[in-house]
Amino acid sequence: MSASAKAPTVKAPTVKAPTAKGAGGPRREPLGGRILAVTLLVVGSIGFVYPFLWMIATALRTPEGVSHGGVSLWPIQWRWSNFTDGLGSFPFWAYLRNSLLSTIVPVVAVVFSSSLVGFAFARIRARGSGVLFAIVLSTLLLPQEVTIVPQFILFKNLDMIDTLWPIIVPTFFGSAFFIFLYRQFYLRLPEAMTDAALIDGAGWFRIWFSIYLPLSRPIIIATAVLQFMSYWNNFFQAAIYLTTDRWKTLPLALAGFQSVNGTNTPLLMATALVVTFPCVLLFFIAQRHIIGGISFTGSK
Amino acid sequence: MSDIVQSLEGLLERLHIDVGLRPILSLVILLAAVFAVICAALWGAVRARWISRNTAAFWIFVSPWIVGFLLFTGGPMVYSLVLSFTNWNLIDPAKFIGIANYKEALSDPDLGQAIKVTLTYAVVSVPLQTVLSLAVALLMNVKVRGIHVFRTIWYLPSLVTGVAQAVLFIWVFNPSYGLANGLLRLFGIEGPKWLFDAHWALATVVIMSLWTVGGNMIIYLAGLQDISKDLYEAAELDGANRWRLLWNITIPQVSPVIFFNVVTGLIYAMQTFTQGYVVTHNGGGPADSLLFYVLYLYQNAFSFFRMGYASALAWIFFVMIMVLTALVFRGSAFWVYYESQRPRERRRRVHVG
Repeated sequence: MSASAKAPTVKAPTVKAPTAKGAGGPRREPLGGRILAVTLLVVGSIGFVYPFLWMIATALRTPEGVSHGGVSLWPIQWRWSNFTDGLGSFPFWAYLRNSLLSTIVPVVAVVFSSSLVGFAFARIRARGSGVLFAIVLSTLLLPQEVTIVPQFILFKNLDMIDTLWPIIVPTFFGSAFFIFLYRQFYLRLPEAMTDAALIDGAGWFRIWFSIYLPLSRPIIIATAVLQFMSYWNNFFQAAIYLTTDRWKTLPLALAGFQSVNGTNTPLLMATALVVTFPCVLLFFIAQRHIIGGISFTGSK
Repeated sequence: MSDIVQSLEGLLERLHIDVGLRPILSLVILLAAVFAVICAALWGAVRARWISRNTAAFWIFVSPWIVGFLLFTGGPMVYSLVLSFTNWNLIDPAKFIGIANYKEALSDPDLGQAIKVTLTYAVVSVPLQTVLSLAVALLMNVKVRGIHVFRTIWYLPSLVTGVAQAVLFIWVFNPSYGLANGLLRLFGIEGPKWLFDAHWALATVVIMSLWTVGGNMIIYLAGLQDISKDLYEAAELDGANRWRLLWNITIPQVSPVIFFNVVTGLIYAMQTFTQGYVVTHNGGGPADSLLFYVLYLYQNAFSFFRMGYASALAWIFFVMIMVLTALVFRGSAFWVYYESQRPRERRRRVHVG
């Protein structure tokens, strides 16, 4: 276990926020170019953030206020009760519980299973490993919609329709994309650690659990956040498997709310804001890791 | 399969297990049995010295993925191919009907519309997203103070996805009270009906997709910051102007990143579902102008319960995506530049020189 003492020195070189500093990038622009760039950025930023602010403003208006409000960001009436009314018009807490269950469990499951499989691909030398990894990668190109009909029949045979299980169960088997990310991450850790542990008589499971997993913090945070955001907003699977109110999740409820209460804009915006809020909060907590994670996933 | 589950659930019932837990426990028992068989087989193989201990360990470690693949991807692929030659509404027994589903698909006007909508969306939105996110990344690569604030602002909309984004944009593009037409009215223009107009609906969804380019922008930014400064300095000494730097250094250097984003973006765009579903509750927009392929597949499977036809649609979709991806991969040889291929070139040149 002497290897784990080295842990702090094994920095993850890959998952780190890109900064304007550092070796890369074009050299310093002349002043005119910089002013032009900043002007464009400011104008663009206003355009990009405006719908978001307008969403917040609309959420605080009365229905009459919406027809007068137009493009203005200032809600003439501060109607905070929209939030309580919006949430009161459907069993919000039950949906929130369902959303949390169908997000948190997959996050934990997918992190552990992908890390385990990714570790095997990175460190255990075995016959067939290369071929199998190619198969894992090729499934990345396969959209889940292609297999949705048989999957539905499978879960119907397992008696799991209208429960959260069809959303949760597959995550226990790892995700091809995350397996790939963990493999890449582990390949960059020094292999001497594994050799030392093997000589000391540790088994592969122990090496994974006590050495590699504790060193995986950056990649765990990045994958957990990515998984959280995609499952929190999961709509396709929810629309297929969840048929009654008991297990409905927030996105499904919001879609139903749009078709029923489609004319009450403020309530709709208030609800949409509440649905979005956890992702925004998570972003501000783990901003560095998210930006780092996204750059890592894209630039290989 | 159904029979085994039924008998397992019967067993659990006799053990007085709660009704809600019976399905998952049956599955866990099944999976534990499969895992035990795998372990026993590998152990036997190690004892017989057919494989090394490491190989056995490897296959045990990756067995979760393999079982998951067989259960949720590989198995379903084969099963849906079989289903696509049948007529099945989930209740009556499935009936084998040969290639009738595929024949029907050939002359299905709704399917034609779905393919048209989906391909148009993918072919228009992906290049626009690519150009916009790369342009913004280039702007953000300029050294100014407070660039982090800009990065956060541009990324923020990417957090409003799925249903929340669709709901927001239904109101942004509301013909009477929406933000878009309110803005146009300030200039005295009466805007179109956007999502409620068959000619504008798809264009509106393309605009929606551009709002969330922040994620791609960050990927490009990371790619841009990996480019070595030496290249620019050498080119400037040779008298290259800005356009030459952009065309001959920046773009080739980030081309692998562009390629990655185009491939993933295309597949993602082909999968569009939520926008069409939410705009006119499970309807496909005005005059089916938002009838995305996956939405049409969903309707056939889960609204009309035509499992056989939906499976045929799934396979056609699969082939379409494979062809599209193959085209992008083939085309990539002409414009994607890989650093790792350079040394060989250089060696050849030295040899010739």
